[in-house]
Amino acid sequence: MNVPADLKYGRTHEWARVEGDVIVVGITHYAQDQLGEVVYVELPDVGAAATVAEELGTLESVKAVSEFTSPLDGEVVEVNERLEDEPNLVNEDPYGDGWLAKVKGSIEDSELLDADGYTAMIEAEST
Amino acid sequence: MTQPKRTALYGEHVAAGGRMVEFAGFELPVQYSSLAQEHTAVRTHAGLFDVSHMGEIFITGSGAFDFVQLVSCNDHSKMTVGRAQYTGLMYPQGTFVDDVLVHKLADDNYLLVVNAANRAKDAAYLAELAADCDGVEVRDESDDWAQLAIQGPLAGEILQPLASNDLSELKYYRFVFAEVCGHRAMVARTGYTGEDGFEVYTANEAAPEVWRTILAEGRPKGLLPTGLGARDTLRFEAGMSLYGNDIDDTTTPLEAGLGWIVKFKKGDYIGRDILERQKEEGLDRKLIGFEMVDRGIARHGYPVFLAEGDEEPAGHCTSGTFSPTLGKALGLAYLPLEATEEGTEFSVEIRNRRATAKVVPTPFYSRKKM
Repeated sequence: MNVPADLKYGRTHEWARVEGDVIVVGITHYAQDQLGEVVYVELPDVGAAATVAEELGTLESVKAVSEFTSPLDGEVVEVNERLEDEPNLVNEDPYGDGWLAKVKGSIEDSELLDADGYTAMIEAEST
Repeated sequence: MTQPKRTALYGEHVAAGGRMVEFAGFELPVQYSSLAQEHTAVRTHAGLFDVSHMGEIFITGSGAFDFVQLVSCNDHSKMTVGRAQYTGLMYPQGTFVDDVLVHKLADDNYLLVVNAANRAKDAAYLAELAADCDGVEVRDESDDWAQLAIQGPLAGEILQPLASNDLSELKYYRFVFAEVCGHRAMVARTGYTGEDGFEVYTANEAAPEVWRTILAEGRPKGLLPTGLGARDTLRFEAGMSLYGNDIDDTTTPLEAGLGWIVKFKKGDYIGRDILERQKEEGLDRKLIGFEMVDRGIARHGYPVFLAEGDEEPAGHCTSGTFSPTLGKALGLAYLPLEATEEGTEFSVEIRNRRATAKVVPTPFYSRKKM
């Protein structure tokens, strides 16, 4: 599983990356693999509040509906509109073009995991 | 909870990387690598399914034919030995106990292939009825049989070198006893995908070798092992009903658009009077296919509304998904008859939001149309 060292991770398989004063969030390589081909993405409205561990949007594969939760508190300032027509970007490039939202907020005090911690968690989960 | 059962092919699924889930009391693979790839493999090349969870119930004895006619809404009087026929097992209310495939092995021997989730219920229902009939024995042999389905346009080409009979002689909805990979098997030209294909019944002990041999023969030709996920999307696109979703003990075959399995020129049978009345008086509701107009995917159980302000749902989505072949969100729902005309718009509630859908013809996919 691909777990980039420079990202922070939520326990429900989101990643967060600091880009200036916003945090980009998406789902991990492991999460997209579990979900299967994403065929539909429902994103939050720009301006909506993001709250730790609460639903930020929905991802659907052919088989299942899956919520994705926010790894931090803040305000949604941008969403990845490309996903409306190309939801498969979540599978093909989960840490790049498959990002989900940009949130204005901070992960300084958050309880996010680093890459090692997240790797250990998914290894424990899959055994 | 009781421990889920394993089919004779459990080890093969794990070896092939199957993601195992519980379904109808069995541990079965929902997918191996990718649902969409498996789905497409069946439409364009071939797929191999373990359907050993399906039940096999035999009706035997001098009264077997009359008994099958009594419990089924279809007419089996024209069946010759070696033919299979789809039908509904009926409750007195004209609703489904189950939907099954009847195979005629002999004048006094019929095999009913039933849904795994209904197997125990069916066997008990049939046994109770048989107790009042002369010369009828009901025997549930589900645990003794494995069943593999090889489906797709290349199914025949892949299976032929492994089979002792000439598969090109085997017409749709016929079966023969033959040898497959050197093992005695019942080979039926039936399936649940909308493609050409075969269902191969073997003893449990033979199943792993048959599975491995078909996989080895088929993989170079594009065959993939296919899981329950693709089985569901394939049957859905092909307009084949799923018991527990699209049909159940509250729906009649006429409402489900299965009027072609309801026969009235066959004498009396369970549920006949209700079905006859429904046919004469007309239906209140009907199962229709729909396509989403707004964004969103309707799923099993989502409520549907005829008018925007309606608070009471008019029905619910019985099956719905994103169709891998057609690339759009489709569904099935029971709607009041006045709303079932092609093009009629209604709405589906998807996570507290109402999204517009419109009635379209079914089946969504037919290999003849493509």
